[in-house]
Amino acid sequence: MQFKHFIEEKLLVVELTEEIDHHSSELIRTRMDYEIGRFMPKKVVMDLDRVSFMDSAAIGLIIGRYKTAKMYGGELEIQNVSPKLKRILDMSGIDKIIDVKEVSNISKIG
Amino acid sequence: MENLKNEMKLEFLSRSANEAFARIAVASFCSQLDPTIEEIADIKTSVSEAVTNAIIHAYDNTDGIIKIHSKLFENEIEIEVVDLGKGIENVEEAKAPLYTTKSNLERSGMGFTIMENFMDGLKVESVVGLGTKITMKKKISKSQN
Repeated sequence: MQFKHFIEEKLLVVELTEEIDHHSSELIRTRMDYEIGRFMPKKVVMDLDRVSFMDSAAIGLIIGRYKTAKMYGGELEIQNVSPKLKRILDMSGIDKIIDVKEVSNISKIG
Repeated sequence: MENLKNEMKLEFLSRSANEAFARIAVASFCSQLDPTIEEIADIKTSVSEAVTNAIIHAYDNTDGIIKIHSKLFENEIEIEVVDLGKGIENVEEAKAPLYTTKSNLERSGMGFTIMENFMDGLKVESVVGLGTKITMKKKISKSQN
């Protein structure tokens, strides 16, 4: 997991690299909530480009981070979602409240 | 069921670190049937859901034993995930999409829905106080080559 802070835009990009399951999601949750609370971004982007596996724990993780981001006045977006991962997210209907993009619209600066 | 090709049993502690171990072990075992990447992904996700349920619901994050028993047939894999935990009072309610008793742990309530959608058969047998057995079946398409 890697954080990229874009100070001027108040943008926080989180590049996730691990498999997302119940085990890993607890650590991701703790680290992300800490960064969001500290930086108070206008927008949080979770980049799933390098996530090779996820189960339903990812749904809870994403909804939870959406709530954290909102609490600090920001929004949440998910990007680089492969068709395999999208199948799981679509099942939960979270795309109705969260912007889920199959590609990235934020160039990977730096 | 005809033509048993192979069979395996696994037993491990209900620790969350074993979620990855369990799904990788089952995926590796069923690779003998030459499944597609999508079929493997479906099996890994479903095993992960069943094992996670045993860890957080059946044993409530305490130590217990989880058993996996898997059989390979000509073009089907059968996977049983068994725990001796607290059991499920109302299976139909537990299976309903978005139903969860652990929303404080950010659980989505999508575990059974995913298992039902990703596998070709799902059976849940549970006795309160004794444990739960999940039986999943997945058809493996015959490879073209």
